[in-house]
Amino acid sequence: MPMKSYRAAINEAMAGEMRRDSSVIVMGEDVSGGTGAPGEDDAWGGPLGVTKGLHTEFGPTRVLDTPIAEGGFIGAAAGAAVTGMRPIVDLMFVDFLGVCFDAIYNQAGKFRYMFGGKAETPLVVRTMYGAGLRAASQHSQVLYSLFTHVPGVKVVVPSNPYDAKGLMIQSIRDNDPVVFFEHKAMYDEEADVPDEAYTVPFGEANVVREGEDVTIVAIGKMVHLANEAADNLANDGISCTVIDPRTVSPLDEETILEEVEATGRLVVVDESHPRCSMAADISSIVAQKAFKSLKAAIEKVTAPHCPVPFAPELEDLYIPKVEDVEAAVRRTMA
Amino acid sequence: MQLSRDELLKAYTTMRTIREFEERLHVEFATGEIPGFVHLYAGEEASGVGVCMHLDDRDRIASTHRGHGHCIAKGCDVDGMMAEIYGRKDGLCAGKGGSMHIADLDKGMMGANGIVGGGPPLICGAGLAAKQLGTGGVAIAFVGDGGSNQGTTFESLNLASVWNLPCIFVIENNGYAESTSSKWSIACDDAADRASGFNMPGVVIDGHDFFAVYEAAGEAIKRAREGGGPSLLECKLNRYYGHFEGDAQTYRGPDEVKKLRESRDCLAMFRERVTEAGLLDASDLDAIDSEAEAQIDGAVAKAKVAPPPTAADLLTDVYVSY
Repeated sequence: MPMKSYRAAINEAMAGEMRRDSSVIVMGEDVSGGTGAPGEDDAWGGPLGVTKGLHTEFGPTRVLDTPIAEGGFIGAAAGAAVTGMRPIVDLMFVDFLGVCFDAIYNQAGKFRYMFGGKAETPLVVRTMYGAGLRAASQHSQVLYSLFTHVPGVKVVVPSNPYDAKGLMIQSIRDNDPVVFFEHKAMYDEEADVPDEAYTVPFGEANVVREGEDVTIVAIGKMVHLANEAADNLANDGISCTVIDPRTVSPLDEETILEEVEATGRLVVVDESHPRCSMAADISSIVAQKAFKSLKAAIEKVTAPHCPVPFAPELEDLYIPKVEDVEAAVRRTMA
Repeated sequence: MQLSRDELLKAYTTMRTIREFEERLHVEFATGEIPGFVHLYAGEEASGVGVCMHLDDRDRIASTHRGHGHCIAKGCDVDGMMAEIYGRKDGLCAGKGGSMHIADLDKGMMGANGIVGGGPPLICGAGLAAKQLGTGGVAIAFVGDGGSNQGTTFESLNLASVWNLPCIFVIENNGYAESTSSKWSIACDDAADRASGFNMPGVVIDGHDFFAVYEAAGEAIKRAREGGGPSLLECKLNRYYGHFEGDAQTYRGPDEVKKLRESRDCLAMFRERVTEAGLLDASDLDAIDSEAEAQIDGAVAKAKVAPPPTAADLLTDVYVSY
């Protein structure tokens, strides 16, 4: 199987679906780049190059640059989705949701229900999240829990290139609005990705490894930390299960509960703030539904309750680390 | 409007300081020592300085991601800014904000901003506060051509007019929102055309020409101070670098920046104008050039060795301390 980057896997998924289905369009700020300018077309392909080449292959009617106007063009994507198109719209940094949240949570997310089941809204909102690039408070946040809170919106957080391609294809083919979270520090990460189209279904967690002592549920980029922690802990005879939910809405509660029932211990690793987070949500589900199987208090590894700081020394403290996961696992074993 | 010798010297000093600051950041960023993203203002100095020359500490400005020039023009401490960009504890924002969030409320600088279109609504609030508190202050939103298309900007223009606020919206149209041409993204000929729809004056200015900006801004600010309501100024200008440092800029024309530097440089235009009119000597300006260079050398040297924040700083200032 060919090795492909997370970036290339997402690009390939979009290109393949655009070839297959003429209703799939891409829109957003600089998704092509250079529109109206004297130099090259397709100059950017998005700020980090994820849509590069789509304009060249599919042209400006299917790859639409927009003015800087998220409230307008994300609302337009919702409107186009409910009237026959399958837009993939780029919110760029998830931090920008503040200027356009209405279109996603009050409009697209509620059409099906409010309209008595008559609406299909096949909308994909692509967005970048995550700290580590010294991008400071308004370009680094991890906000998937905000969307997860809203019924009607599906939330996808791929942790690797294989899942990214399969989940993107599923997102495009899905008839509900999907917010697709791409960790901006993972774009160059490579893995085996088949050339052909395939889907990864929503609501099916990936059990990355099976162990006997502790279940670690980790989201997005945090799956890698969990795996590394599990490797280190194995040297000390502590055996961990690692679960990657892949989609946080819908959430595969069944797999999480089964695995926690087997080990009796849970650590949740989530790059977001701790309050009202996926870590809090998964902990509450397990506390309620697998209470009797728990041998220790649930541990959460999250960022602290503060904005993402700029200074590298502070940002490094802010982001959860492998040692934090190991320490949390050890606390459940104490 | 006639400027005194001191005012002319101040204008040139501020513009030159901004230029040195940005040209030096361009060099230092390439070494990898500066964290994160920086967006440089080089080429646009006449706009920020031409506007802010009319302001004092009671007046407020809100800036954009391209905010260094506005900070300097509004009187922010250059050493503190440089330290902030290096992520140091003694930076203007204690190292927590960085280039995109530099602010100094004591100087009336309400922040660079990571959100395009974030500033104009804040400026309506600052204008409202100035009006209700009777400070006599005005509030200025600097907005890029990209930000001029945001809904928040349109809503703010309307609100400022409806409430008759002492606000001025300065659209710095440098031709590109990231990589997208403003000739394409702005549906009317000039962004300033939109002002009439909000019942306020709208003026197009050559943003390379300090004197043109100074004069137009002076009229708008005087009107706002006297209760005459908001205005929109569109400064047509150019940026010498990419959207951010590292932008390959393949969307620009061949030699576009080189030609602009040769023909439309705001510092060169200022120098030519004042020396030909006999207002300042070339030697005055040369001295300022040297001083600015030395000042930025000092700021960079200090920032490089300044201590970073410590673990104890991570959770401070999330909320008020009791």
